[in-house]
Amino acid sequence: MDNPVIPASGTFGFGYEFNNWFDISVLGSIALKGTTIEARYGNPLPRIAECPAGMINAIGLQNPGAVAVRDIELKKLAAVYPKKVIANVGGHSFGEYVETSAILSAAEEVFAIELNVSCPNVKGGGMAFGLDAGVLEELTAAVKEASSKPVIVKLSPNVTDITVLAKAAERGGADGLSLINTLVGMRIDLRTAKPIISVKRGGYSGPGVFPVAVNAVYNTREAVSLPIVGMGGIMNAENVIEMMYAGADCVMVGTLNLIDPCGSKKIIEDLPGVMERLGIDKLTDIVGRAHR
Amino acid sequence: MKSERLKITENRQITADIYKMCLLGAEKPLPGNFLELTIPGCFLGRPFGVAGYADGITEIYYRVVGEGTMKMTGMKEGEEVDALTGLGNSFDTNGVKKPLIVSGGLGFAPLKFLAESFVEKGITPLFVAGFKSRSDIVEFLKESGFSPVITTDDGTAGFHGSAVDYIKEKVPEFDRYYACGPMPMLKGMAAAFKGGQLSLEARMGCGFGACMGCSIMTTAGAKRVCKEGPVFSSEEVIFGD
Ligand SMILES: Cc1cc2nc3c(=O)[nH]c(=O)nc-3n(C[C@H](O)[C@H](O)[C@H](O)COP(=O)(O)OP(=O)(O)OC[C@H]3O[C@@H](n4cnc5c(N)ncnc54)[C@H](O)[C@@H]3O)c2cc1C
Ligand SMILES: Cc1cc2nc3c(=O)[nH]c(=O)nc-3n(C[C@H](O)[C@H](O)[C@H](O)COP(=O)(O)O)c2cc1C
Ligand code: FES
Repeated sequence: MDNPVIPASGTFGFGYEFNNWFDISVLGSIALKGTTIEARYGNPLPRIAECPAGMINAIGLQNPGAVAVRDIELKKLAAVYPKKVIANVGGHSFGEYVETSAILSAAEEVFAIELNVSCPNVKGGGMAFGLDAGVLEELTAAVKEASSKPVIVKLSPNVTDITVLAKAAERGGADGLSLINTLVGMRIDLRTAKPIISVKRGGYSGPGVFPVAVNAVYNTREAVSLPIVGMGGIMNAENVIEMMYAGADCVMVGTLNLIDPCGSKKIIEDLPGVMERLGIDKLTDIVGRAHR
Repeated sequence: MKSERLKITENRQITADIYKMCLLGAEKPLPGNFLELTIPGCFLGRPFGVAGYADGITEIYYRVVGEGTMKMTGMKEGEEVDALTGLGNSFDTNGVKKPLIVSGGLGFAPLKFLAESFVEKGITPLFVAGFKSRSDIVEFLKESGFSPVITTDDGTAGFHGSAVDYIKEKVPEFDRYYACGPMPMLKGMAAAFKGGQLSLEARMGCGFGACMGCSIMTTAGAKRVCKEGPVFSSEEVIFGD
């Protein structure tokens, strides 16, 4: 990758629409919207609630299904983006995860599978796979077996100790980890006294979760030797550096893309200046510096 | 779709809870488009339908309902705001000769811009604008040279009843209708009349198609209010309860 900034899954659609805002070929890679084996409409509206330093979403993995992503969305993206992308896979059962991963990893545009075992927004699935170390190890191994490309396991922060899950994914054969997904949260409408989100809870993201994410990445760096994709609340180039100090090899930018469609591009443009100010030559030098 | 910095040229209270704001500097939008204003201190942008455009000035009307719109009331002329402009699709006016325009409450906002674009083409639409009560009426078409039919729920001014009641009673002739207002009203219009275009609202994460936060179900599958909408055909929308 020519730079370490990747738009995070679910905040960049299938990428190509952002080409209307800026030339997306500056991006290191792109993580696609979470994809399941069948097409999904997702949760009823409202799916979004604002927070003082971020937002809660409960999209419920709306997507057109694995085959449509492979045959339509990936082709549209390839027409405007020459680099390889990360397919994000969701599911309700081992079988669904395995089948979706097999389909998407076979696409030539995809260089890695990101296993979303941490989505808080899908009933009876998603996050359940990311909370139990035994289940996660088994699932990772099964997807690894089915996938022809490297598998990155995306971890949930909604656990007591994220390193337990990180180690389980490592044992299952993960090629890398990405963290964090959203934190479970709720907002209540003052006028109606009811939760704003239709399904009550959703995933909290944005600058408010940044310290939680830095801590999670720091702890995970100490626990495993796998490459780490750090994310959660990154809003600027300084945040990227901090996340890499904590132990991230590269980063993903999520919610920022939603409030500023050119946000990821601005971070890439700002990075050299911030590096110079901090006396950093190469970003690869600073990975995990906070541990030394 | 553009990211622009706009200058407030007017911000004026019109009724107890409705304000009009004028913003200079946006590219010309299409009737039906909306914009997202960045309100300092609010994390997400606030979407508003474009109610008019002339000489580089975009006009919006807003109701004070919460934190963001409350903050907007304090913004001063000359202040600058960041905005995403030209968002969403637009009303289809192709071949329409006898337009009927129906609004409930602040729903008149995007329809005012539509009506003005018809007038520019030499077509005078029938505009039926419903309000709760006399004190809620906004005289939004004064400058356009034609007046809407006013209805009030409590009968304190104009026709006694909703805009939809008026149309059901008078059965005016039209070749296409355009409606914007509360969901129950749009559902009522869609159930009673075919051949309409409805402008919808939804809570939004981004406003430009990236998050899937605003998707509704239609006869042709899921569609995003901010991207494939906010204007939908009355036949395609699948209304919930
Ligand atoms: C396409 C579109 C066009 C709109 N046009 C107009 C208009 O012309 N005039 C007008 O007064 N209002 C319009 N609205 C509604 C307007 O966006 C909300 O009233 C406004 O965002 C409320 O902000 P707040 O901070 O005062 O309320 P709060 O309740 O404090 O807002 C909290 C969050 O909820 C969101 N929200 C709250 N109510 C609504 C709502 N009804 N629709 C969408 N999001 C909401 C806010 O954007 C914010 O993210 C439109 C909405 C959409 C989607
Ligand atoms: C609207 C929205 C949709 C998301 N959808 C997905 C998804 O489909 N799959 C996934 O793994 N993560 C999803 N996420 C989580 C993000 O990829 C990211 O992990 C999280 O938002 C934290 O980063 P941020 O604070 O920079 O947004 C979503 C986040 C948001 C805000
Ligand atoms: S608000 Fe994000 S897709 Fe419509």
